[in-house]
Amino acid sequence: MFKITIDNIEIQVEEGATILQAARMIGGKVVPPAMCYYTKLMGSGGKCRSCLVKVVKGSAKDPRPISKLVASCSTPVQDGMVVENNISAEVREARKGIVEFLLLNHPLDCPVCDQAGECDLQDLSYSFGMEETNTREPRREYTDVDIGPLIKLHMNRCIHCFRCVLTAEQLTKKRAHGMLYRGDTMEISTFIQTAIDNDFSGNMIDVCPVGALTDKTFRFKSRVWFLNPMDAHRECSKCNGKVTAWMFGNEIYRITGCKDEFGEVEEFICNECRFEKKDINAWVIDGPRKIKRQSVISGNHYEHLKKGSIIHPIEGTTEPQE
Amino acid sequence: MGRAILLDKVNIPGIRAFEVYREHGGYKPVDKGLLEMTPAQVQQEVIKSGLRGRGGAGFPTGLKWSFLDRKSGKPRYLVCNADESEPGTFKDRYLMEKLPHLLIEGLILSSYALGVKTCYIYIRGEFKYLVGVLENAIREAKQHSYLGEKILGTDFSLEIYVHPGAGAYICGEETALLESLEGKRGNPRIKPPFPAYKGLYDCPTVVNNVETLAAIAPIVSMGGDAYAKIGSGKSTGTKLISACGNINKPGVYEIEMGLPVEDFIYSEEYCGGISNGRMLKAVIPGGSSVPILPADLILNTAKGQPRLLTYESLSEGEFESGSMLGSGGFIVFDEDACIVRNTWNLTRFYRHESCGQCSPCREGTGWMEKVLYRIEHGKGRMSDINLLVRIAKNIEGNTICPLGDAAAWPVASAIRHFRGEFEFHVEHPEVIKSIKHVAIKME
Repeated sequence: MFKITIDNIEIQVEEGATILQAARMIGGKVVPPAMCYYTKLMGSGGKCRSCLVKVVKGSAKDPRPISKLVASCSTPVQDGMVVENNISAEVREARKGIVEFLLLNHPLDCPVCDQAGECDLQDLSYSFGMEETNTREPRREYTDVDIGPLIKLHMNRCIHCFRCVLTAEQLTKKRAHGMLYRGDTMEISTFIQTAIDNDFSGNMIDVCPVGALTDKTFRFKSRVWFLNPMDAHRECSKCNGKVTAWMFGNEIYRITGCKDEFGEVEEFICNECRFEKKDINAWVIDGPRKIKRQSVISGNHYEHLKKGSIIHPIEGTTEPQE
Repeated sequence: MGRAILLDKVNIPGIRAFEVYREHGGYKPVDKGLLEMTPAQVQQEVIKSGLRGRGGAGFPTGLKWSFLDRKSGKPRYLVCNADESEPGTFKDRYLMEKLPHLLIEGLILSSYALGVKTCYIYIRGEFKYLVGVLENAIREAKQHSYLGEKILGTDFSLEIYVHPGAGAYICGEETALLESLEGKRGNPRIKPPFPAYKGLYDCPTVVNNVETLAAIAPIVSMGGDAYAKIGSGKSTGTKLISACGNINKPGVYEIEMGLPVEDFIYSEEYCGGISNGRMLKAVIPGGSSVPILPADLILNTAKGQPRLLTYESLSEGEFESGSMLGSGGFIVFDEDACIVRNTWNLTRFYRHESCGQCSPCREGTGWMEKVLYRIEHGKGRMSDINLLVRIAKNIEGNTICPLGDAAAWPVASAIRHFRGEFEFHVEHPEVIKSIKHVAIKME
């Protein structure tokens, strides 16, 4: 077991854990934001640079600090490491710069984006970004690419996190899409515009931190915060059948995987569950799902209450920052 | 002529051929290394020589070799980084073109020291004509039993393969090079793990520059101690400097470390002064990615001492008043050069070559290019200058690989030393628009 101190809070972690994993074990405000790291995807992380932290003491053996900021999602913990996240002005300043870079070519079309309300980039810019913009340059635009009947690709919104590429690579044997070109003209696309067609392709929507990949069957149906997330399950031969059904009254508007407090799915689900079973009779509804992550969708939901229990404000409800 | 260690045989006619090379003392160091010395002794000589990586970072080669994981039991690889694509740098091309056997010698000796059985030369795609030159040299060496099974009757076997890249600047970064060599998209890997533990095909790997490896044979032949006596202080040996720009005699020069910059620019032996009798304005001393220095700071340090061509002297004064030796791409500007236009040109290069993997570099390089384009074309604002400084600061140090730093430094240093010129561009757009840029003709 290794001992690590993050923002003056000490914790013991397994050898080989990363700083981000250690911070997530502590929880709360200590956790650095992660736009590209995804626990279930091998090789993810290190790209968005929004989880940069300062290592003020390398380890108990070698107490020298690391001169550059390091990506907490890909830096393994050393015994006796001391890390500064929110308490370091340098980290806050760098993160502000990263948010600026991520938003630089983002169209900011949140009013018409299906992801709004559960978007990692919205949350990130709300927590760490600047109030005004410094850029006057025209934003980057891509030509629209049709990647099939189920998933809508909006390349303009993409932040190039590589999560969807890794998902396709690791969940299925037949990867149909990838990253084309390089630099700021890089784009997610399929090779010679073939449609993405496999049983687990829908998970690309769940892993996308922004609105670049959205559900075509849910397109423009409703804002996500008007819907009630419900735990539901069914017998499924391809996946474990446990999902979150987003409902309005008795109607299921969309199905997603069950996501934890960091916005990561607990289990990947199949396309049949996600896209085809929109009838309430196909599901057993288990009850309201508590959304723990810090986003718009975590507010105003019903909770399971036992008789006589006291209602507490939901953890992680957004608080205005100074 | 100064002391020539690498390029001593360069003017001999037909030196590319094995027989001619052998006649002039070639492959003697290999005989000495393989027959008289143990691998550990060869490595010890390299450590003693104080040789530092010639690719740009200047990391001690012996130390890099000592990090190689020898306990894992996996095969070890040596990769020669011949993906020389830094603007202003063309020393490796010259070396490989003129003396391919010097590189082969270095590879044999290094592989012997590191216990490597397979060695790759990753060569830049644009150097297609050099692939044949190197493969020919490898074939000749093989015919004379310097490569292949049981070299010179010892237990040591080695195969060298030449692998051309597709011409991406980023593949000069060692982990991107390894990705590309494995057949993947040339994206830099996230470190740790370092290549010394997990490199090519997840096996321990050493990646060295062409010039570094070429220096191994002279080190073995003269001994590490003798090599360390050449040069000055911790910058030992000789360095190839590829000089270009507004000078009378552009070309590749081998200099002994510690040569004053003033001598290098003005002496007849090297650059021969500024062309057309003009004045020196600025110098980029180590390839396009190192900070630019104005004439007074390149000739003398901020403390008033003469600036020398060594790793230490060029970086004296850190980023405030110093630069770096880098890869030795010495770019000289005369008084007529426009620093703004040059900086814009460099950012255009880095924008094009950014791999796009991490956000600061992908977005930041493009942003800087757009802002500098506006300034250069008479549409700049005063606030843009500070904006550029801020973008450069946000990129620097926050990226996966050093390309981010390489893109940020030229912009930050150009504004630091030539702020007036940027302000002039903003204040007098009508003057800027009226200038017609034409290709410079050499007399």
